[in-house]
Amino acid sequence: MNESPEPILADATAEEMSHDEHTAHDVSKHIRGYLMVGATLLVFTAITVALSYFNFGTQKANVAVAMLVATFKAGLVAAIFMHLASEKRMIYRILIFTFFFVFGLFWLTYLAWYDPITR
Amino acid sequence: MDASSGLASHPHAEHDPHHHDAGHDHHELPFWRKYLISTDHKVIGIQYGITGLIFLFFGFSLMMLMRWQLAYPGQPVPVIGNLLGRMFGPGAMDNGKMTAEFYNSLGAMHGTIMIFLGIVPIAFAAFGNFVVPLQIGAPDMTFPKINMASYQAFFFGGLVMLFSFFVPGGAAKGGWTSYTPLAIISDKGPTYDPIFNGQTLWLLGFILLITSSLLGAVNFIATIIQLRAKGMTWMRLPFFVWAQFVTAFLLLLAFPPLESAIVMQLMDRIAGTSFFMPSGLVIAGAPLHNSGGGSPLLWQHLFWFLGHPEVYVLILPGMGIVAEIIANNTRKPLWGYKSLVFAALVLGFLSFIVWAHHMWLTGMGSVVSAFFQTTTMIISIPSVIILSAFFISLWGGSIRFNVPMLFATAFLPMFGIGGLTGIPLAFNSADLYLHDTYYVIAHFHYIVAPGTIFAVFAGIYFWFPKATGRMMNEFWGKVHFWPSLICMNMIFLPMFLQGMLGMHRRWYDGGQGWTLAGEKVWGLSGFQWNTPISIAAWVMGLAQLPFIINFFWSIKHGKKVDDNPWEATTLEWTAPSPPPHGNFATTPTVYRGPYEYSLPGRETDFTMQSEPMRESDRKAYEAAAAVH
Amino acid sequence: MEIPYTVTARPDTGLWNAKVGIWLFLASEVMLFGGLFSAYVFLRLDAPPGAWPHGLLNVPVGTMNTAILIASSVTVVMAWASLKMRKFRAYWWYMLVTILCGLIFLGVKLAYEWPQKFDHFGAFIKTDALEKYEEYLGNHHLAEKGLAPRTEISGHLHNEEALHDENVKEYEIALDPVNADPANPSMDRPHFLPLPHTDKIAKIEKADVEYANMFLPKHSAYFASYFTITGLHGLHVLGGVIVFTYLWLPFGTKLYKRNPEHLANRVEVAGLFWHFVDLVWIFVFPLFYLL
Repeated sequence: MNESPEPILADATAEEMSHDEHTAHDVSKHIRGYLMVGATLLVFTAITVALSYFNFGTQKANVAVAMLVATFKAGLVAAIFMHLASEKRMIYRILIFTFFFVFGLFWLTYLAWYDPITR
Repeated sequence: MDASSGLASHPHAEHDPHHHDAGHDHHELPFWRKYLISTDHKVIGIQYGITGLIFLFFGFSLMMLMRWQLAYPGQPVPVIGNLLGRMFGPGAMDNGKMTAEFYNSLGAMHGTIMIFLGIVPIAFAAFGNFVVPLQIGAPDMTFPKINMASYQAFFFGGLVMLFSFFVPGGAAKGGWTSYTPLAIISDKGPTYDPIFNGQTLWLLGFILLITSSLLGAVNFIATIIQLRAKGMTWMRLPFFVWAQFVTAFLLLLAFPPLESAIVMQLMDRIAGTSFFMPSGLVIAGAPLHNSGGGSPLLWQHLFWFLGHPEVYVLILPGMGIVAEIIANNTRKPLWGYKSLVFAALVLGFLSFIVWAHHMWLTGMGSVVSAFFQTTTMIISIPSVIILSAFFISLWGGSIRFNVPMLFATAFLPMFGIGGLTGIPLAFNSADLYLHDTYYVIAHFHYIVAPGTIFAVFAGIYFWFPKATGRMMNEFWGKVHFWPSLICMNMIFLPMFLQGMLGMHRRWYDGGQGWTLAGEKVWGLSGFQWNTPISIAAWVMGLAQLPFIINFFWSIKHGKKVDDNPWEATTLEWTAPSPPPHGNFATTPTVYRGPYEYSLPGRETDFTMQSEPMRESDRKAYEAAAAVH
Repeated sequence: MEIPYTVTARPDTGLWNAKVGIWLFLASEVMLFGGLFSAYVFLRLDAPPGAWPHGLLNVPVGTMNTAILIASSVTVVMAWASLKMRKFRAYWWYMLVTILCGLIFLGVKLAYEWPQKFDHFGAFIKTDALEKYEEYLGNHHLAEKGLAPRTEISGHLHNEEALHDENVKEYEIALDPVNADPANPSMDRPHFLPLPHTDKIAKIEKADVEYANMFLPKHSAYFASYFTITGLHGLHVLGGVIVFTYLWLPFGTKLYKRNPEHLANRVEVAGLFWHFVDLVWIFVFPLFYLL
């Protein structure tokens, strides 16, 4: 209740206030980056296909390699195309919650190993 | 009209030339535009509220019907038995006697309707829509059209659910949890129609309801993040807004996994897949011809991944409403506002990792059980913090026992009973015995029925003057309250006894054919307790009549009141009653926390959030800080 | 009345409304596909050794579709960037390419990939009959190399009436290469280019078959999850195409004259959704086509 009496806006930081919207100049600098990311994604698509015909010893290792490549590609899309590399704090907060819950959800798969009915 | 006018970055850029007429538009709108497809958050809130109340009463009526079969098994239902027989055919009502199939349909639909078409739409969507933008000082929701779509999806979902009563075979019978494989094989007789059968329509209706909840949740969160008035910092939000915020997050993130599960069950029913069907299933002596390889346990995991957060979706808005009313009627600040907020956040977080405590009987490994048992124990801590803060708030207050306050105070012990009786269920060794008995029914009904529903009633009596400009009648409110309180307890307390005897919740004959239900407690055997319970349920139905009449009568003839009849502090009471389109005549600016009651040095015992600071306030804060 | 922050950002959060809205919506989408993927993993871990099929999908076509979707992600971000630089003509062309990419993706899926599967047949052999069909399964060879056994014989079904007619006692299958020459080491792992079925006909008695069907969703847990996930993904692609078409037609672009920034915001939001759809496909592709 005894908060500072001046009406202040929540969460405002000087950095975020100045860092307002992308200007036209800003955007034109990024275009090369977008094209590079697109090319990288295509290359890694080819790599993931090629790797799938190579045996890394166990099926687990094969899955791990494929998922590693996919995660890297997904990370590129999220960070560059979806601008997550430089987003506002509020978006990160929302996504941290989501990440936590999706983690909980995938925990189901761990539970599958404890399923005595079908195993 | 424009809440942002005080801010530096006003969106001049997209100024519409017609903007200045916009404020007058609503006077000329025809009835159907204004009340049926409105995009105004208040109208949508009221639409949700009234539709939800109708469904709530309908869902309760299904239970009143089931209570006849439990109290007088095999006897024809009086008065309406033959009428129902004519409506639903002899498969439902055989010469006025309820069939087991119809009983199962009623049970499944009672659960579904009460939770997803009754409580969630009222407690979350109706109150959230009406109150949240007003409390944060916003002109409307961020996405008014999506808001309208949310209500429409809910409405059509409800229609699909109702329609399912009339298809051959009747409505869904697999319980509100639709456990597989039972739910997937239900209705699959020789006359099986892939779409028009109870279970498939249940799934389709559910997809609409989930869509509605998702659209609503996105809107609520975006509104609270983006449209808070100037000076409305996070820690100045009324607790009700916090509760709705957490609830919206739970809906947003817990519903989609269930939606995926529903899509998979739909595939199992329509396309013949086996997501939830194990290999080698034999039904009625014949092996089932399907590929197998699915897992019934997977459905339970995905269902309860929603199911448990859903419990907090049901209770958190109720807690929010109660918080507002308690602070208002004790005339002192809510005790432990910050602890309340953090408890609500922790509650939301933890609710995602306790779900498997609904599944002790599936025989999960002991490691998994131990984990979920621990998290379930931990989640009782924030619940107890919230309840304790409410009780402590009552201490030393000069309480006004008006009707909203009566309901709000009744919420506290009722929720307490519901919560404490849940503890034995959290231990898997105790739950092995109590699982699926009337004990469980009594436990969760104490939370949602005399808990959330009482909070909902409290909220209706409390915000009714804001929505209509008139008070609901105090006397008839009390006539509604006392019988409801007594009947609620007469219904659910004996169920604890029945459950401890081991009476199963899905028995169609009320336990007559079962030895263990014959054991006597306090002079009545387990199944004989059904009769007083049923009578209490029907009396409770009657006790809602004063409310229904009072509600509609007061809209036109209630006592006229000014904008702030309860002398409350939050922003919604600065708006006119009823608030116009756009809500506030002048954009409010917030200077203080939400519960500034009895602030020393003030003429009145309430200081509104929009009241500018004075030198005396500063001294009062300093004095308060010195004491602590 | 006007809702604030529809176009310009709220100073303290730095965001305009629709941006918050779309990210919240995407959060729920993450959970939706998360549910489906975790079901996939759950069922796959549950499957007995050898029961989860390999190499039944057309990898070159899948790779092409992946590339198309990635290309469309690039064009949509370019469309947004063009609007930001107020180059409407460029925006219009980039958007058109994006829409076409989406349509090609859907076309390939619905007109080629799926029907090809519906025309393919597979029969799972009962455990006690596996030895009887050793010449088609090659399990001795696989056991020697320590690989998981085969239980399915697949190919083109010659007598389609066998699916429905109880009087037909056996399935006649023009075998897939893997069943035609099962002990050949080159068949141990799937091929990049899908091989056509051979002329070698096998007759399989229904009494020896555990379960047999065309490659429909009900064929197995694998195809059930494949069709459900790609179907739902396809619906998302369709949704994206509809929104893009709206933003591309004069009906949607007239906003450009009044407030170009508002249109750019709309394109950004629709683009975020599109990138998410792309992101889901990045996981779908290896999980179903390659692993």
